[in-house]
Amino acid sequence: MKYIDEYRDKGLIMKLADQIGKSVRRDYTFMEVCGGHTAAIHRFGIPSLLPGNVKLISGPGCPVCVTGTDFIDKSIAYSKMEEVIITTFGDLIRVPGSTSSLEKEKAAGADIRIVFSGLEALEIARSNSEKKVIFLGIGFETTAPGTAVTIKLAEKDNIKNFFLLSAHKVMPPAMEAIIKEGVNLDGFICPGHVATITGSKVFNFIPEKFNLGCVITGFEPADILQSILMLILQVNRNTPKVEIQYNRAVTDKGNIIAQRHLSQIFEPCDEQWRGLGVIRGSGLKLRKEYEKFDAEKIIPVRIKFREEDVLCICGDILRGLKTPENCSLFAKKCVPENPAGACMVSNEGSCNTWYKYKLIK
Amino acid sequence: MCLSIPVRIESIDGIMAEVSAGGAIFKAGLHMIENAKVGDYILLHAGFAIQKISAKEAAETLQILKEMDDSLNE
Ligand code: SF4
Repeated sequence: MKYIDEYRDKGLIMKLADQIGKSVRRDYTFMEVCGGHTAAIHRFGIPSLLPGNVKLISGPGCPVCVTGTDFIDKSIAYSKMEEVIITTFGDLIRVPGSTSSLEKEKAAGADIRIVFSGLEALEIARSNSEKKVIFLGIGFETTAPGTAVTIKLAEKDNIKNFFLLSAHKVMPPAMEAIIKEGVNLDGFICPGHVATITGSKVFNFIPEKFNLGCVITGFEPADILQSILMLILQVNRNTPKVEIQYNRAVTDKGNIIAQRHLSQIFEPCDEQWRGLGVIRGSGLKLRKEYEKFDAEKIIPVRIKFREEDVLCICGDILRGLKTPENCSLFAKKCVPENPAGACMVSNEGSCNTWYKYKLIK
Repeated sequence: MCLSIPVRIESIDGIMAEVSAGGAIFKAGLHMIENAKVGDYILLHAGFAIQKISAKEAAETLQILKEMDDSLNE
């Protein structure tokens, strides 16, 4: 397929691996922030193509994984209301809350429907006017503009039974939090699809303030290898900067129209991340003018505060401190069919990818 | 979730397009891109076109990779 096959060309991949081998001078640790990269790196066996002194670690970029237990608990509380239909992206329904999951509630009869976009959720609201339809908004800058467009359409068509429960997040503050944690890093493989929307400029503070390189990266094997090579050369030359490898989709300025949708509908708020706690200004909440679509404002629910499961170490994995192998439940009590923690649920979760591509051959 | 795939626009009806990837057909909202035309490739993410793919940049990247040689390390 166009824009895919060219970047999976074996000759090209071997050539890049060879160049990387010739370029290494020391140890390097790079973090891939996006869950899509984590999945691609393992799926294409990238680590096996790298010299032993180039290490890749995963960061907090799988939206399902970083969604906190209280968000799941809240969604479950809504799903128990007679007049509510929950609409959600598929992965989320399997994430364990503190006592149940949306999947279990669905099996027990709650009206929970999987959608591929906010537009589908809005359609469900249109055709069920006697119900309250709540859309679970998760995802980063890539996904949130779609939710913004959906809210605009709900406003335009005066749809009064559509609500958003937002856990939308933005990436740069989480990257800053990771750096400040003191994780040993030499650079970031930056999220290509977040940058499609935001532009590369949102990462400029990383080399400027923290002296770390950033390469905005596509999702095919040649993209990832080329980016690793670019990062290695930045380290060797001691020239940390933001470079765009994925320039068929990313520019410095990003997608201005999508940014406009975002800023018209949302404003920044403090947001809870699994493993990272509350990060200032890392969330997106509806602006005052759109509060009538805010599920939490219009249909308040109460949930009991509970601590995260002590055995699941998703939090440390998302901060780049541990790997799934360090978890006592990994591949035993926690498997993709029956996940004990969020990182085992999504295809982009570290535990899920490790299970699929590393441990189970 | 952050998966976005390159798809080709097959037809456009107002603000919505039908797009194809590997034989499968999807719907894509064009609310975030301008001047989309049939035949353009876009990145599809959660029901929306989030960006047009630049054929020129794609070709250039591949060209750079093909011409890559040891001069990098000098
Ligand atoms: S293996 Fe399961 S329980 Fe352990 S950290 Fe991963 S998701 Fe959590």
